[in-house]
Amino acid sequence: MEAAATLPAWRVNLATIGALMARSRNELLRVPGAAIPGVLAPTIFFLGLNGVFGALTQLRGFDTGAYESFIVPVSMLQGAGFTGAAAGVNLARDIEAGWLDRLLVSPAPRWVLLAGTVLSASTRALIPATFVLAIALLLGAGWPGVDGLLVTYLMVAAMAAVAACWGSMLALRFKSQSAAPLMQAGMMALILTTTAYAPLALMQGWLQDIARVNPVTEVVEAARQGFVGGVTWADTWPGIVALAGLLVLLGALALREMRRTGT
Amino acid sequence: MATNLRVVGALGMRSIRQTFRRPQLIAPIIVFPTLLLAIQTGGAGGAVNLPGFPPVQSFLQFMLAGAMMQSLMLAGNSGGIAMAVDLEMGFTDRLFAAPISRFTIVLGRLAGTAALGLFAALWFLMIGLVFGATIEGGVPGALLAIGLVTACAMAVGGIGAAIALRTGSASVVQGLFPLVLVVLFLSSAFFPVELMIEPAKTIAEYNPFSLVVEGVREPIVSGIDASDTRDAVLAIAGIVVFGLVLSARALKHRLRVG
Repeated sequence: MEAAATLPAWRVNLATIGALMARSRNELLRVPGAAIPGVLAPTIFFLGLNGVFGALTQLRGFDTGAYESFIVPVSMLQGAGFTGAAAGVNLARDIEAGWLDRLLVSPAPRWVLLAGTVLSASTRALIPATFVLAIALLLGAGWPGVDGLLVTYLMVAAMAAVAACWGSMLALRFKSQSAAPLMQAGMMALILTTTAYAPLALMQGWLQDIARVNPVTEVVEAARQGFVGGVTWADTWPGIVALAGLLVLLGALALREMRRTGT
Repeated sequence: MATNLRVVGALGMRSIRQTFRRPQLIAPIIVFPTLLLAIQTGGAGGAVNLPGFPPVQSFLQFMLAGAMMQSLMLAGNSGGIAMAVDLEMGFTDRLFAAPISRFTIVLGRLAGTAALGLFAALWFLMIGLVFGATIEGGVPGALLAIGLVTACAMAVGGIGAAIALRTGSASVVQGLFPLVLVVLFLSSAFFPVELMIEPAKTIAEYNPFSLVVEGVREPIVSGIDASDTRDAVLAIAGIVVFGLVLSARALKHRLRVG
């Protein structure tokens, strides 16, 4: 206790975030089924979309002849969206069970509690992403190269953080797992109203307009570049900026809800 | 008979109210399929220009049957989840103790699921009409599509109810949600079978839900076709029998184990 009191605040905060991340990891280790829905849903979407819409690459305007290469980064981002939203559902469960109340009376700052949830989601999102990627590579998706892979994983981890901020904000606002569909649907809409299914030029007018203003389009394009061609800084930085903007916005909203909770 | 019908009606109404009051039950039935319909229509709408794509007015018109199928299957799954919750909470035990036929408890839930299927069919036809899709079969075609979707919702609900009765666990029934997506993707719900990629193509050809999809789609995209309708009715009948047999066995099991 005395030792903890003498530690600098930043170290205590880091230790708290680490403990919250360890709790999330324990759930994966102790409840074997916990990771399955997050892994299964994007995998099914990947296999399903590839089997169903694979012929779309015959249309002029596709920059690849392999639909699995085109769709795999979307499925990886979808996995991140599901995982992040699930972090929100878990937080809502913690609120219902009274666990968050106990955390709120601890001396940990509110942002630390939020960071624990968000960083856990970022880490967990790498599991479905890797699983989907392995399946895609087995099915013949193009190897994105080390740089392409790094960019894709960066996008996946940050997208999961965005989704966790969104989910946490709703969990803290509604304080109920009943808000789960809103968490999932919000992320699904954000990720799929982009160039997810087809290049911009082949999309219908209304979706084209939405995709143009949806910042996640830049994220999808950045994550996809290694799978359909070479990696360039020009295609990477818009994705980073988009994710940073979303993180700041949704992180601030989630933190505001966290600060309001229990006061 | 009259008492049984009253019980079925009351339980069916309860099931409908329950669904509309809980966002986690209504969202998969209406919100997700509508969202996916919009995104797939907008994103993959160019597919109608592919060589071999059947003649349709628009991709939205083609996709309406798939959206209805998705909705009705998720209605069946949601019905199963709600039934499992009733079992977990002890509500079904109270019904078992009541002087009513045991099977009316299952039928009540199925009536609710059928009503949700009806609602889904009306919802998606309305969406289609609002956004410019035509129903080539006219009013009779629309009524046929609605009838098939309602009947299929009841049939799929029977399987959901059977799994709920057998396991008594909402999380197990909820875990079947991805399976619904698998069955849908491996059918002609979202794309013509002849343009799908192997092995999805071959599986879709043998998937009985493809027959139901075609039965619902034909009146929308080209008009009523007797052979497609017959195949759809037979497929639904098969699913009904399968669901009822499973439900009856699961009910017996539930009554035995308590």
